[in-house]
Amino acid sequence: MSRLSWFNTVSLTLGFAFLYIPMIILIIFSFNESKLVTVWAGFSTKWYGELVQNEAFLKAAWVTLRVAVLSSTLATVLGTAAAYVLVRGGRFFGRTLFSGMIYAPLVMPEVITGLSLLLLFIGIGLDRGILTIVLAHTTFSMCFVSVVVSSRLVTFDQSLEEAALDLGCSSAQAFRLVTLPIIAPAVISGWLLAFTLSLDDLVIASFTSGPSATTLPIKIFSAVRLGVSPEINALSTIMIAVVTVGVITASLVTKRAMVRQRQDEMAAARAE
Amino acid sequence: MNSDVFAPWEDPQAKPLIQFQNVTKRFGGFTAIDNLSLDIFEREFFALLGPSGCGKTTMMRMLAGFETPTEGHILLSGQDIDPVPPNKRAVNMMFQSYALFPHLSVWDNIAFGLRRDNMPKTDLEARVEEMLRLTRLEQFARRKPHQISGGQRQRVALARSLAKAPKLLLLDEPLGALDKKLRQDTQFELMDIQEKTGTTFVIVTHDQEEAMTVASRVAVMDQGQLKQVATPDRIYENPNSVYVADFIGDVNIIEGRATATGDEAFQIDWAEGQAPLTATSSAGVSNGQSCHLAIRPEKVTISAERPADAINAIQGKVHDIAYLGNLSTYYVELANGTIIKAQTANTRRISRRSFTWEDPVWLSWTATAAVLLAN
Repeated sequence: MSRLSWFNTVSLTLGFAFLYIPMIILIIFSFNESKLVTVWAGFSTKWYGELVQNEAFLKAAWVTLRVAVLSSTLATVLGTAAAYVLVRGGRFFGRTLFSGMIYAPLVMPEVITGLSLLLLFIGIGLDRGILTIVLAHTTFSMCFVSVVVSSRLVTFDQSLEEAALDLGCSSAQAFRLVTLPIIAPAVISGWLLAFTLSLDDLVIASFTSGPSATTLPIKIFSAVRLGVSPEINALSTIMIAVVTVGVITASLVTKRAMVRQRQDEMAAARAE
Repeated sequence: MNSDVFAPWEDPQAKPLIQFQNVTKRFGGFTAIDNLSLDIFEREFFALLGPSGCGKTTMMRMLAGFETPTEGHILLSGQDIDPVPPNKRAVNMMFQSYALFPHLSVWDNIAFGLRRDNMPKTDLEARVEEMLRLTRLEQFARRKPHQISGGQRQRVALARSLAKAPKLLLLDEPLGALDKKLRQDTQFELMDIQEKTGTTFVIVTHDQEEAMTVASRVAVMDQGQLKQVATPDRIYENPNSVYVADFIGDVNIIEGRATATGDEAFQIDWAEGQAPLTATSSAGVSNGQSCHLAIRPEKVTISAERPADAINAIQGKVHDIAYLGNLSTYYVELANGTIIKAQTANTRRISRRSFTWEDPVWLSWTATAAVLLAN
């Protein structure tokens, strides 16, 4: 381990302070005894207790979770299929156009996506509720999945699929038994990405949600407009904790697999 | 002895396993295979040899079913296989990259094809064990492909493609990823396995030594066409064109003009003020026709004095010496600037070498040593 120079130490501290001070403040104040958010009055976990009693929040959380699971799953299926066709389909007519179009929603302002979906749902007479949010989230998150999966497929050795065909698989079997297991990490990270995007989406959800279904971000946003409560801080802290645990687990798992693979390869090379 | 020699291609009664009938394959405007016809027989170890881009890989992919001919037909046991998809052909392929499934163990890789046929569990296990024994992989059965060495991976790929007992096994540069020493051992192992299983092997390679070592017959390809199809020794000793002579091994090519001097004997005038060379050829070469004389360096004798009874002898001086350990190749410059290579085995220690740079020497060879190739 080398020591950092004072200049690098300062840069690092400043950068990370900039990133994390707001969140640290939020976490600290979620344990505040006082109802006034900005005045410290001693340590307490009572807001977490109150949160569990708050049915509106719990209901919104449940809606958010269902929407996120459903939409990310749907987006993963559609996005993977799209990526597969675009990477593997050869040079069919209009391929360049389609590849461009699948990435366009990435840069499309969310307000416009939300508005256009709203108009569509009104147009076809679909009542706004969980279904419409799921559809909307699928629409905008499938292109993220497609980007992640297609970048994996580009480096995928096509002779693996040919070998599967050669050994008696139909195309569908080859995909299920060979391609999918190998690209699974990319598909899973695509799913996770879609899941997080759906969890924290406010703009599109507020266009497409109805009175029967409100997601957590909408609930928090409307609650904050009436004034920040320590309960919101507590809720946010829980969300930060969940995300942190998820990210750390994922990176640990990936890293361990990589380290083990490298050790195996080195051992195999030595044995030769 | 002669009756035991495996040579079905010389038997007019023999039925070929594979027949290419006037096959042409185009990719857009590019013709990869140009009106090619070829028979390959059962139990043959057939090598497709050629530089990259000559169409050998396309031939193999058409046999596997990944490409279909633009024109013509490919027959397997007399049946047209063009409409048969790869997963329904009794043909298996060993891929250049091995294409082992990284998420499956060695055992499951080998069992993969058998499972697709819904083979009963006990038969399947017996077959996989047999393949593991054949390729000496028993102790690696539970490992994943990244946990074994390159040579072992190559054997897994071979075991996997042989497991289904195909009528025809295709090998795409099977030894390309191995280092030289391992490659030589593996060549003999391949031949051994081919003999044990009795499977017809078609191997694609750009390595002529490999093709010569393993194959019963070699097809030399260039630009989508077969230049010559023959046994390795005939390809080497009797090339039918300058291209084949030059592609296989080292060769001296002398250009000249042929004159018949007797039955199958020719005299070749090749340079002003030089004595004509003598060669025999059963191929019809008309008088005065321009021709090439191909002579292998190891058939050229190098000596200080003119050998008394030499039929062909020319004088030159040593321009360069390539010392290869077991062999030395002398590059001898003739009076007109032509360089002729002569190879000798280093049976004595190098300090006792008879010739050195700039030494005047005589090169000689017999009347049958050279191959006369008409233009």
